[in-house]
Amino acid sequence: MSRISNAARIVLATLREIFDETAYDRFLRRTQMESSPAAYAAFWREKASSHERRPKCC
Amino acid sequence: MTKLLSIFGWGAVAALGALAVGVVALHRGEPISTLWLVVAAACCYALGFRFYSKFIAAKVLALDALRATPAERLENGRDFVVTNKWVVFGHHFAAIAGPGPLVGPVLAAQFGYLPGTLWVLAGAVFAGCVQDFVILLFSVRRDGKSVTEMAREEIGRVGGFVAYGAVIAILIIILAVAALVVVNALKGSPWGTFTIAMTIPIALLMGVYLRRIRPGKVLEVSVFGFFLVLLAIWGGQWASQTPAMAHIFTLQATNLAILIIVYGFAASAVPVWLLLAPRDYLSTFVKLGAIGLLAIGIVLVHPALHMPAVTRFADGSGPVFGGKIFPFAFITIACGAISGFHSLISSGTTPKLIARETQTRVVGYGAMMAESAVAIMAITAACVLQPGIYFAINSPAGVVGQTPVAATATISAMGFPVTVGEMQSLAHAVGEQTLFNRTGGAPAFAVGMAHIFSQSLGGERVMGLWYHFAVMFEALFILSLLDAGTRATRFMIQDALSHIYKPLGRTSWYPSILITSALIVAAWGYFLWQGVKDPLGGINSLWPLFGIANQLLAAVALCVATSIIIKTHRAKYALVTLVPLAWLVAVTFTAAWHKVLDPDPHVGFLAQARVLAAGPVTAATPKLIFNNQLDAALTTIFVVMVTLVLFESVRGWFGVLSGSREARLSETPFVMTHLLEEQA
Repeated sequence: MSRISNAARIVLATLREIFDETAYDRFLRRTQMESSPAAYAAFWREKASSHERRPKCC
Repeated sequence: MTKLLSIFGWGAVAALGALAVGVVALHRGEPISTLWLVVAAACCYALGFRFYSKFIAAKVLALDALRATPAERLENGRDFVVTNKWVVFGHHFAAIAGPGPLVGPVLAAQFGYLPGTLWVLAGAVFAGCVQDFVILLFSVRRDGKSVTEMAREEIGRVGGFVAYGAVIAILIIILAVAALVVVNALKGSPWGTFTIAMTIPIALLMGVYLRRIRPGKVLEVSVFGFFLVLLAIWGGQWASQTPAMAHIFTLQATNLAILIIVYGFAASAVPVWLLLAPRDYLSTFVKLGAIGLLAIGIVLVHPALHMPAVTRFADGSGPVFGGKIFPFAFITIACGAISGFHSLISSGTTPKLIARETQTRVVGYGAMMAESAVAIMAITAACVLQPGIYFAINSPAGVVGQTPVAATATISAMGFPVTVGEMQSLAHAVGEQTLFNRTGGAPAFAVGMAHIFSQSLGGERVMGLWYHFAVMFEALFILSLLDAGTRATRFMIQDALSHIYKPLGRTSWYPSILITSALIVAAWGYFLWQGVKDPLGGINSLWPLFGIANQLLAAVALCVATSIIIKTHRAKYALVTLVPLAWLVAVTFTAAWHKVLDPDPHVGFLAQARVLAAGPVTAATPKLIFNNQLDAALTTIFVVMVTLVLFESVRGWFGVLSGSREARLSETPFVMTHLLEEQA
């Protein structure tokens, strides 16, 4: 049972990393901001350039 | 005792793998079950990972679990972050998996299921996985530097310049060919066009939801977006059956091409949070789900492969694309076996997340194995179709005939019987007006996928929904590739232009954004237009060009890897990268020679130009002749560029081996990790 829950936790963590949710959490911690439209806008101001430069494979 | 068990266990895996590969390779006549393909692939991957990647990790790369990675040393909570290895694996796989491993194997199925299967398995285990693994590790040891920077530092300025040029060229060709695949999948299809058109407002809605309503809740909004997309697929059926809507959404290839070019320009100029990011999230969500579903479907249904093991078209007379099995099977299937583009991902975001060097094995080698498994699924989806149907869908009208009667007669005469009635009832089942001349691989893959899915869920009644789900899933991530690729190329061009005029390098300066976006979109739009207007269907000329460019980039990456291995005084192990490099050079240079100089007009660009010049002259003839000459020139430039890198690399290797040149590496110095202490 614990193996299943561990696997489920890793899958969720993977999805959160792929979908930038973890990156947003890290941003909130680093900047000591509360989640809000303004904080999310600031997150994207910081992230936009690296996200745009990220190549996607064919 | 454990060792004995291990020997016995791996011996059984090897024996089972040999049996499965033997059945796949030697069985003739009756159709075989796809399970043989699945077992052969699973055993090859297991053996490759257990033995070959372990050998590379221990002997060639000497992975060091005690050496701190850039994620630990430079951790900033932004780009450099220590991350769980399975999370990095998922992240890396999501970045490398695109439409390539789906489309290439479907096209190469014209040679039969065997050549593609053998190349995907051997190519991945001995070349593709190795490239991704070694480039990832070398980037980790250089603070996450890109392959172009490593080429400059380890080979020289020529290597860096060529790698940079190759990346821009390959991106432009990829974007054109990907857009052409979407055009060919959506032309004359109101259902598909409606569904894909709806994904644009869905992505915008997701962007606004994330920005204003629930900031950062990406998984939640992706699930919401996914349900909206399913609704759009269902709505597409309604649109296709409502005359007024069907009229609006039934578009010719040229109209679709114009719309995609306009979309590409607009999407690259709007803020990233509004369209690029939500579309990216949605496409990744659908992509991971669809690949998982297809894997489950193939194992559960395990349909029979109707395509012969090797078709008569190995001699180069195939209707899908011109050229013999060697070298064209090996450049048509790129991403499923080896893809130079992966070296950009392996030296991009991924190395900045790796917690320990030892994890590069599972992430670099392992994720490429998963990508290769996707290519095996694509071969399966294409080969479960009756061969006559496969060829009727994938053959351009310019080759097999303009009318359904002519096309079925030509294909049947080739030895693959198919009737107009069969094609009509299949088109009706999937909700299309016709499935003839739907080149590009995506429609054939979608029909195969719908065939497999409908056997396990819902039967024939829902085949149309499954078909359009598959088309939507391919088109969705091709459109996000267009968007992301245009932006990534724009940044590279802006970097280069900043040396001429500084403000052009400012990524927030709108005139620069608009000028460089227009430049990139014009470049891939030109090749897209060329493909749409090509009498041979476009894929015949553009896909080999993409394959050659992609494999040549892999050759550059393998030159970088070989240079580093030789400089680290492990020359006796350099064969690990030298053998795939030699194979790629042989394949791509031969393919390039054929594409430029082959006297067969279905293969050679210049021969095609000569035939056009000698034939009846229409208003389009001069343009078509110029396009063929341009493709020939581009192929020649690719080969010359890579020859320069090879020459520079070989000079460097001999210099180091003979002692006349210092083996200077640009690795960051060893720093002991603290992660082990923290864990303890």
